[in-house]
Amino acid sequence: MDYINIKINGLDVSAPKGSTILEAARLANIDIPTLCFLKEINEIGACRMCVVEVKGARSLCAACVYPINEGMEVFTNTPKVIAARKKNLQLLLSNHDRKCLSCVRSGNCELQKLCKDYKIEEEGLYDGERTPSEIDYSAAHMYRDNSKCILCRRCVAVCEKVQGVGVIGANERGFKTFIGSAFEMDLADTSCVSCGQCIAVCPTGALSEKDNTDEVLAAINNPEKYVVVQTAPAVRAALGEAFGLPIGTNVEGKMIAALRRIGFDKVFDTNFAADLTIMEEANEFLDRVKNGGKLPLITSCSPGWVKYCEHYFPDMTDNLSSCKSPQQMFGAITKTYFAEKMGIDPKNIVCVSVMPCTAKKFEIGRDDQNAAGVADVDISITTRELSRLIDRMGINFLSLPDDEKFDDPLGRSTGAAVIFGATGGVMEAALRTAVETLTGETLDNVDFEAVRGVQGIKEASFDVAGMTVKVAVASGLKNANELLTKVKNGEAEYHFIEIMGCPGGCVNGGGQPQQPASVRNFTDLRAERAKALYSIDAANPIRKSHENPDIKKLYDEYLGAPGSHKAHELLHTTYVKRSIN
Amino acid sequence: MYRSHVLVCGGTGCTSSGSEEIIRVLKDELDKNGLTSEVSVVKTGCHGLCALGPIMIVYPEAVFYSMVETKDVPEIVSEHLLKGRVVSRLVYDETVSSEGEIKSLADTNFYKKQHRIALRNCGVINPENIEEYIGTRGYEALGKVVTEMTPDDVIKCILDSGLRGRGGGGFPTGRKWQLAKDLVKGGQKYVCCNADEGDPGAFMDRSILEGDPHALIEAMAIAGYAIGANQGYVYVRAEYPIAVERLQIAINQAKEYGLLGENIFGSGFSFDLGIRLGAGAFVCGEETALMTSIEGNRGEPRPRPPFPAEKGLFGKPTVLNNVETYANIPQIILNGPEWFSAMGTEKSKGTKVFALGGKIKNTGLVEIPMGTTLREVVEEIGGGIPNGKKFKAAQTGGPSGGCIPAEYFDIEMDYDNLIAIGSMMGSGGLIVMDEDNCMVDIAKFFLEFTVDESCGKCTPCRIGTKRLYEILDKITKGNGTLEDIDKLEELCYFIKENSLCGLGQTAPNPVLSTLKFFRDEYVAHVVDKKCPAGVCKDLLRYTIDPDKCKGCTMCARVCPNNAISGAVKTPHVIDTDKCVKCGACMEKCKFGAISKC
Repeated sequence: MDYINIKINGLDVSAPKGSTILEAARLANIDIPTLCFLKEINEIGACRMCVVEVKGARSLCAACVYPINEGMEVFTNTPKVIAARKKNLQLLLSNHDRKCLSCVRSGNCELQKLCKDYKIEEEGLYDGERTPSEIDYSAAHMYRDNSKCILCRRCVAVCEKVQGVGVIGANERGFKTFIGSAFEMDLADTSCVSCGQCIAVCPTGALSEKDNTDEVLAAINNPEKYVVVQTAPAVRAALGEAFGLPIGTNVEGKMIAALRRIGFDKVFDTNFAADLTIMEEANEFLDRVKNGGKLPLITSCSPGWVKYCEHYFPDMTDNLSSCKSPQQMFGAITKTYFAEKMGIDPKNIVCVSVMPCTAKKFEIGRDDQNAAGVADVDISITTRELSRLIDRMGINFLSLPDDEKFDDPLGRSTGAAVIFGATGGVMEAALRTAVETLTGETLDNVDFEAVRGVQGIKEASFDVAGMTVKVAVASGLKNANELLTKVKNGEAEYHFIEIMGCPGGCVNGGGQPQQPASVRNFTDLRAERAKALYSIDAANPIRKSHENPDIKKLYDEYLGAPGSHKAHELLHTTYVKRSIN
Repeated sequence: MYRSHVLVCGGTGCTSSGSEEIIRVLKDELDKNGLTSEVSVVKTGCHGLCALGPIMIVYPEAVFYSMVETKDVPEIVSEHLLKGRVVSRLVYDETVSSEGEIKSLADTNFYKKQHRIALRNCGVINPENIEEYIGTRGYEALGKVVTEMTPDDVIKCILDSGLRGRGGGGFPTGRKWQLAKDLVKGGQKYVCCNADEGDPGAFMDRSILEGDPHALIEAMAIAGYAIGANQGYVYVRAEYPIAVERLQIAINQAKEYGLLGENIFGSGFSFDLGIRLGAGAFVCGEETALMTSIEGNRGEPRPRPPFPAEKGLFGKPTVLNNVETYANIPQIILNGPEWFSAMGTEKSKGTKVFALGGKIKNTGLVEIPMGTTLREVVEEIGGGIPNGKKFKAAQTGGPSGGCIPAEYFDIEMDYDNLIAIGSMMGSGGLIVMDEDNCMVDIAKFFLEFTVDESCGKCTPCRIGTKRLYEILDKITKGNGTLEDIDKLEELCYFIKENSLCGLGQTAPNPVLSTLKFFRDEYVAHVVDKKCPAGVCKDLLRYTIDPDKCKGCTMCARVCPNNAISGAVKTPHVIDTDKCVKCGACMEKCKFGAISKC
């Protein structure tokens, strides 16, 4: 690789050709503040926080997009630069609601931190007219409060470029500019898929999930209610970040302990339902292969993806697995099997889920998700909401024990279930079961490396019992679009496809703790968090869903066999066709 | 053969004052008088002297009729065209000597110092007829280029001519072409034309499109040949319907004649041209925003580098020049670079078209050699300031430029001299201000425009210009403090240095330049709470001098808010609380009894 030599603040720095000033400075351990910049996603040089002095340049340069040249001399913290950044912040504040005390992002707001770093004392220096805004509460999963928006456009970029959805953009212009949907439609009326990636990248409190923690506490405090909680695989890989632990720390034990202390009657694991999903989905796959059903079969665990499919590929909804997502299967089993076992009226069970996902808030309200005649899942909260709830309950998370275990009987799971949280995980889990079912032999090695990793689209084929099984895995909806367009046009053929709405899968879900751009731009969150899940899998003595003894028991006692009439009634669902708005 | 040619201006100015109807009546009258085969009627582009429109010129006598109305047409036909008697009451007075003799138009003050290169065919040929363009050596330059010159020869010729971009920045055109040719070798490239003329008051590009569209087509094809592009786009604002229509007609004709399309002049060079309509956003005149808009996205600028010459339209190397720049190209090729560089100043060659507006007699378009002084433009070409008022300043470069105060009245206007005093050439809008203009109000006017036209992408421009406007507004309302002036100035420098694109970087210029030359006016507003020019309403007080007032009641009757009271034949009084400061009373008073201060 060609290297270019420059000087930053007098230090010699050598950086690969094509690097920006920001990247070169990083190599020299010099941080330059950014607000709008998201590597490869939003490189627009709009916020002007990263301005630096370049010797010989007419004006200050935006380090995030300015390419380095041989011999360039850069100064990142001269009085002029500092004064400019300060003024920039003061201007932003003059059009910001500055209600930090009631803001969900207080404490991890990128704007707030910069204001502290740059010693903004006169926050009202440029006060004047403010851009009028109304909060959009219309969507099931989130709200937009533009009085906190700094127009960095990270949400717009991630929605369009990463997810290929593009339902938000800049409306009006100049000082009146605001981010919203076309024709100022409510978000709920658009083809937003609820993935929440916009929230994950928002530097301020302008975008946030709808907080349902009060409903959780109300249920817990209601003596008539029996409140169970389930936690998705990816939550344990990221919850620790909210308490300052390194990215990729597995906090399963502490998480269980915290949930018990919050007061749930049972602390269960969505992983149990992930194993159940594999039983049903592997069966569905084998059935479709054997009986000439619709192929490729496409996974349906990710509600963001499912909604995307309904909007953007409505003619492919028959390819979707009819399996409910693990969250919903869990709710269905809780309110039937578990309710009967415990002798509790399902109406009095409140099923709470903790998810890395905002689309789960939308999913619980879908039609045909009520196995016991009541909603399968009542309240879905994100990892972020759980972290706030833990703080509110006065639980010292870091000092909690690491060895607490999930409750029986819906708490036991296999290694196959926990990797659901990473892209390729569902595929790998399904393969472990499907291959053994087809061949009737035990796999020597259960690691299907070909479907692991953070690439947006992965393909693999396996020879199983004399048949070549072609599979593909996509995460991030733009990638999904690319893959499915090929399938639609007959340019590619697969038997089984796993699609996750968020890039990297659930570990990078829209409900996970927010990492500032200064971390996101230089760390692969997807890979770091996924590592935690793969090590949990490796450490689990049972690594195949069909070997989960509690799952076997569930079929023996209640469901019969995978794909049985009862299983279909409780664990499968239907889809609708939607339009693009 | 016709014995007379009647040229009627079909530019936007004359069209809106009724020239289409005049042409219709003229043709009817000619028909009635049996003159159709003897007199030809030509709808031309703009003559420049828009203040006198609609304009009609009758050749071979070259009689210049101004402010013609339809009712005048029968007289012109029966008297002039039938009987050969000039209708002197309609003739532009400057073209008639005291003895009643018709003078050449070229000898009038308005035209005699002009040198028309970019505008050479405007008002002379029928822009909707390619034959007329060819008749004035049109497409000869393109023929020469593709059959006799290499792309490097072309670029060298343009470099040697010293031509710089006429759209504002003044970047050497030849250098731009060279970069687009050499930075990336081969592959798809584009030639674009910026016809998104947005400076308030400037309309030279529109005039060229309306009056001589083939010159642009020819020049863009030449640029395509020079850089290796086979596709061009003209980005023109949709508010220029006549220009768009004529350009489309011209493109169609050029295609019919094989001057656009495949294998031009049998040279193997192919070039096609398309029109893209802009929706009138000022920022789309910024090159990267313009390209973003052509690509079908919201018109917002993108960071540079990469520059368009390397990564422009659709990510491909692109040359982007404005209409006036292109209009010079065929002439440079035909007459040679030395011919062009002989005109102008050391670093600014050739001519520049200015749109004269504001407090000046001859408003309109003028093309003058670079280095012509402001005084010549205002006093001679422009005919001076009406009503005997004093020259105070001229604004050049529109909202991106600054003002030139009276002390620089003799400045030789070229790129560098204007930059040196804090203004800029811009696209050539020149607005003259007299003693009745308040410079704080002028700065506020331009800032209001920029605030409105900011795209909203970068923070300094989106919020900063708004805050500049608010401070100016506060000052003009009499609520400003001396600290506000400092805050204003500081913010101006911040916006200049930190904005993403040229629009933001130059937006504070009107403020900085008025602060530089007219700081005392700002101080008067904040310290004395007075507007010296008597413009800022909130600082005005209308009073009636009881000694002069005759009690005629005219003022009370004209006051829209019943703020004036008094009995007949007794001095009247203005209730300042009720007064809306419209000035109607002062205009009506025959005795000079009402004053404002």
